Amino acid sequence: MVKITIDEKVFEVENNLTIIQAARQNGIHIPHFCWHPTLSVSGNCRVCLVEVEKMPKLVIACATQVAEGMVVKTNSEKVVKARNAVLEFILINHPLDCPICDEAGECKLQDYAYKYSVGESRFDFDKVRKPKRVELGPNVMLDTERCIMCSRCIRFCDEIVKKPQLVFTQRGDHVELTTFPGEKLDNNYSMNVIDLCPVGALTSKDFRFKSRVWDMSSTDSICVGCSRGCNTKMWVRNNEILRLTPRYNSSVNQYWMCDHGRLNTFKHINSPNRINAPMIRKEGRLIDVGWDEAIAKAASELKSYKKSEIAALGSAHATNEDNYLMAKLMNFIGVKRIDFLPHLDENNKDNILLQEDKSPNSFGAKTVGVKPETIEYSYQHIIEDIKNGKVKALYVIDDDIASNPGIAHVLPKLEFLLIHASNENETVKYADVVLASSTYAEKHGTFTNFSGRVQRNKPAISTLEHDRVLDNMSLSRLDRFGAHNDRWTRGIKRDTRATWRIINSIAAILGAKWKYNNCEDVFNEIAASVTAFNGLSYSKIGNSGALISVTKEQAKVRL
Amino acid sequence: MENQKPIIHRKDLHWWELFYIPQIINGMRITLSQVFRPKFTRQYPEEKWNPPSSFRGRPVLVEQNGVERCVACGLCSRVCPALAIDVQASETELLKERYPVRFEINMLRCIFCGFCEEVCPEEAIVMSKEFELVFRHQEDAIFGKDKLLIPADKLKDRLEFLRKNR
Ligand code: SF4
Ligand code: SF4
Ligand code: SF4
Ligand code: SF4
Repeated sequence: MVKITIDEKVFEVENNLTIIQAARQNGIHIPHFCWHPTLSVSGNCRVCLVEVEKMPKLVIACATQVAEGMVVKTNSEKVVKARNAVLEFILINHPLDCPICDEAGECKLQDYAYKYSVGESRFDFDKVRKPKRVELGPNVMLDTERCIMCSRCIRFCDEIVKKPQLVFTQRGDHVELTTFPGEKLDNNYSMNVIDLCPVGALTSKDFRFKSRVWDMSSTDSICVGCSRGCNTKMWVRNNEILRLTPRYNSSVNQYWMCDHGRLNTFKHINSPNRINAPMIRKEGRLIDVGWDEAIAKAASELKSYKKSEIAALGSAHATNEDNYLMAKLMNFIGVKRIDFLPHLDENNKDNILLQEDKSPNSFGAKTVGVKPETIEYSYQHIIEDIKNGKVKALYVIDDDIASNPGIAHVLPKLEFLLIHASNENETVKYADVVLASSTYAEKHGTFTNFSGRVQRNKPAISTLEHDRVLDNMSLSRLDRFGAHNDRWTRGIKRDTRATWRIINSIAAILGAKWKYNNCEDVFNEIAASVTAFNGLSYSKIGNSGALISVTKEQAKVRL
Repeated sequence: MENQKPIIHRKDLHWWELFYIPQIINGMRITLSQVFRPKFTRQYPEEKWNPPSSFRGRPVLVEQNGVERCVACGLCSRVCPALAIDVQASETELLKERYPVRFEINMLRCIFCGFCEEVCPEEAIVMSKEFELVFRHQEDAIFGKDKLLIPADKLKDRLEFLRKNR
């Protein structure tokens, strides 16, 4: 440990830190473009210049190690002048693109130019022109003119993904970012360079020109693309998700998320094949009905079968709360056949984030009780028993079981198939009652990731169940000040419900006396009754999640 | 009570003022003198008014070479204190890369402040001379690109005024 002084405040810090790290630990922000906490130090942007007493010149805070008695000034006259000069230099060749640049509003260069520069350029000549609208790979666009040559993107590919794909060519102000000959920026994590790029040189092809960042609200969420459960932010305008970005969590995903999670986990939510209301099959066709009718039908059908004729499938795509109530309802009826389908794919796993389990909550589903007591109640046997007629009614939540090989052709054998589904899918074709369920972006709940970390998910899209204002969801400027007849407040609000709430309603008709007003009530009961969850609560889970207590045997049967 | 208001007494009028007749005669004198002066009244709507270039009528989009100058940056929408403007950007093959697929101004919200014109980096939205706006339905008051786009040469007056007063 060494004692250093930054801006007249004395701190004790570890001696292997650089000035920028020491300052950051103590809440002092030193501006930087090229430095990033997880990448190697490059020291090329020069904007982190600070004054250190007894040193003849200003030094860059990202590459200078702290030493005993060091006195650092981050705002002295010399520093302020130098920083202004650095920004003036960077802006010499930076195009005036803000009006057409997707980064505007969250651009480090904009922010720093506004904060640390006097805003005047003495450069009267033509700027260097470089290629614009370059497709670097399937998901990333490059505007070479906007690049400030910080090399963050290059270092990310080299050091984090360990797949060198990007490189600088040329020299001086003609430096250009490009891919290696014959290469494309096509690794599974390529889109992280968009977040890393301090300017708008790298932008998302998918999100391109969809919205200005200040017009969207952002909600903390969890990726459901695999059992890693990367922490994300969901960006919403007009009740529609427009993009996902990773949210820092040191124990789950650091600063990153994979491209699959970023692109493929939200499009179904606003897709035209959404199921907007509950449906009952009448004369061979699924007809929209009201909730009361659908739930009454579901309950009366369940009642009409012997408990040995019913089987239930929970879901690794549903939340802990959903699965817990599913298990509890089956327990209440006396149904023994309960399990869920695994979604494993060995090829999905890599050494960075991706896990082989392609669903977010297998561990959770199992832990809260969706598991067969003995092997003869497992899903493999359930399918066999449907085939041989032992099981006549099947209740499935939030899983397209028919899309798994070898299941679709068994389903017509059933007398009654009750499902919760958010989108039209293979299973819906066979269902007798379809209860329109909210997607993860439309409900509260928790997921337990592969390592046993319980993480909270909040609604970002409002449905008839969740009102944006009344239910404290995050609001954009337009949400806050719009009137009901403004066009941008007219996004679709669907008549869907969270799975736990639907199960709760069915249970009430079947005579269960449960009292849950909201999802948190369900979680509190899980925390009280499931040993692994003991002591947890929504407030304990907070923004970064909390580990459940797992015994060695439990850890072994995780999947 | 402590902070009671002071009582204001009615001014004591002189008997000459209480008499009123001289005051009335004086008033009539002013009226009669106006009757014979030239008229200022404009016979609107038969007689139209052509506002000066400083006038702020409804905001319109400047059209040049058949396309809008606008690049859909959304700054006008952001600055608009009345939340009247809704812009949806998209990509174009043109050099400007970005254009508004949808551009709507809700004229029931617009307060004719001219902030949109002031903030626009492309001189793409300007205040026109048009001030006669009548709607029968709320929906009619939402002007899309069809109503907003006006060729630049029809807006010369305003564009010159803006350059002069930058
Ligand atoms: S593209 Fe962005 S991240 Fe990459 S070097 Fe240029 S400015 Fe840095
Ligand atoms: S690694 Fe898994 S959880 Fe993370 S973003 Fe990718 S799919 Fe989503
Ligand atoms: S004139 Fe003012 S109120 Fe009207 S659209 Fe422009 S900024 Fe909005
Ligand atoms: S400020 Fe100008 S360029 Fe930007 S969206 Fe409005 S009209 Fe278009």
